[in-house]
Amino acid sequence: MNTDRIEKKILLRASRSRVWRALTDSKEFGEWFGVKFDEPFTPNKPLRGTLMPTFVDEEVAKRQKPYEGKQFDIVVAQIEPERLFSFRWHPYAVDPAVDYSSEPTTLIEFVLEDAAGGTMLTVTESGFDAIPIERRAQAFEMNSQGWGMQMRLIEKYLAHDVRVAGQG
Amino acid sequence: MFAALGDETRLAIVARLSTGGPRSIAGLTEGSTVTRQAITKHLHVLAGAGLVRGVRRGRERIWELEARRLDEARRYLAEISEHWDVALGRLKKFVED
Repeated sequence: MNTDRIEKKILLRASRSRVWRALTDSKEFGEWFGVKFDEPFTPNKPLRGTLMPTFVDEEVAKRQKPYEGKQFDIVVAQIEPERLFSFRWHPYAVDPAVDYSSEPTTLIEFVLEDAAGGTMLTVTESGFDAIPIERRAQAFEMNSQGWGMQMRLIEKYLAHDVRVAGQG
Repeated sequence: MFAALGDETRLAIVARLSTGGPRSIAGLTEGSTVTRQAITKHLHVLAGAGLVRGVRRGRERIWELEARRLDEARRYLAEISEHWDVALGRLKKFVED
């Protein structure tokens, strides 16, 4: 039982350079993730993002709408061209009343590899063991009211469209 | 709580209580190279995090899992995991279109 880390693998039918741009161009990242960054990703420089509905999927965008305008900070860790992109953030840190800055962060890593038919992307998020219990409970509460419930609605869509394998 | 699980011996204790049901310290020490004192110490860390609890039965204490909190820990990761599934689904659509 690993409580510290999540790992996801997904085969993307696109070239490595296309995937790389979608991940490391902060504007493109924002388009699929559903967040707006005003500046490019630069290692070790904190960057504030504002949640906004994704352009990729209308149905999902509708469900993201209530979270529009929430802000969160990331700090880019590594950028190794077409191989590794990583950043740190506070998971679920969207309560404006809380100062998360002194709390531990999780590390998100995107690793790209060539694969038959496209690019294999491995995403890991690690460091959950250090996240305070009360944050976990709070995130959990938020979820049962919002995201979690909404996300389940589109599980069906994902089941047809995406093959995501592997979980830490 | 996550920190409480971030140790091999503690994970082993939790695994043992999970598959074998409630046990005494003697039952947990059996077949293990870890000393009784060490097991006791780990049990107290786990109890402090609300993951196990000790119930006095006669002269010894029987340790059992607090299932609810473990479930929460698992659900927390499951939720985050689900977010990534959904986000990566959007990424896929974004780069493949």
